Amino acid sequence: MVTYKFHQYQVVGRALPSETDEHPKIYRMKLWATNEVRAKSKFWYFLRKLKKVKKSNGQMLAINEIFEKSPTKIKNYGIWLRYQSRTGYHNMYKEYRDTTLNGAVEQMYTEMASRHRVRHHCIQIIKTATIPAKLCKRESTKQFHNSKIKFPLVHRTVRPPTRKLKTTYKASRPNLFM
Amino acid sequence: PFKRYVEIGRVALVNYGKDYGKLVVIVDVIDQNRALVDAPDMVRTQMNFKRLSLTDITIDIKRVPKKKTLIAAMEAADVKNKWENSSWGRKLIVQKRRASLNDFDRFKLMLAKIKRAGLVKQELAKLKKQTTA
Repeated sequence: MVTYKFHQYQVVGRALPSETDEHPKIYRMKLWATNEVRAKSKFWYFLRKLKKVKKSNGQMLAINEIFEKSPTKIKNYGIWLRYQSRTGYHNMYKEYRDTTLNGAVEQMYTEMASRHRVRHHCIQIIKTATIPAKLCKRESTKQFHNSKIKFPLVHRTVRPPTRKLKTTYKASRPNLFM
Repeated sequence: PFKRYVEIGRVALVNYGKDYGKLVVIVDVIDQNRALVDAPDMVRTQMNFKRLSLTDITIDIKRVPKKKTLIAAMEAADVKNKWENSSWGRKLIVQKRRASLNDFDRFKLMLAKIKRAGLVKQELAKLKKQTTA
């Protein structure tokens, strides 16, 4: 995949120094947002919930994007999240197989939206981790842990190579066998 | 019932997108819809199976080989020649050649077609004469 919607940022901030506290504690957060502005806003949202500091009496020290270290290696990602459903808050643990963490997070958001109708602002990512293959819990990721994996593609849809060559009517029925 | 499987080492043709027309090797399977795909002249990327057409050619590699081992395995299995001699590969080469003709080439093609049709008609006339006679 080329463009990911969600980028991972490292945001560092602290409260403004005051007479009572010359050197306030510096806090760092790693979070996912679509752009830097949203990342900073998310940072203050979470920090407000943890400490008595707001954007108006705090300062942002650094915001850096974190890029994937090995985007050509397939990894199993476990994501712990907290989401708000129509009836209350729940915790969840989900597993994804992907090459990059941003891709896995994007998969998670789309899956939560489709399976549980949870929009992305109702989801908080608690923790993410790359899981080694023997610690994966979900059958749907464990079924790909096979070095001699082999399966046929059962249903072949014939597509024109560019959208320009798309036609509404075809002369003959397509052959769906690979 | 199935002859072409998605497996590590299967050679596939990209049929949609930026790398259209390239022969790539399936190097690993990410999940049900995506594969890690590699070719000697591109960075290893993930691709949806919808963008790939599997071919009959496979090469002998382990999961996710280094670029050098991949190229060596492709040479050992002689992918390029097998592809260019297969009927599918030959058709693609002919299509490319036809698309790249310039006007003079098309003129020469027209003359060659006329000549061939003339020879065929001569033989047909001979055969007709034989059957009526």
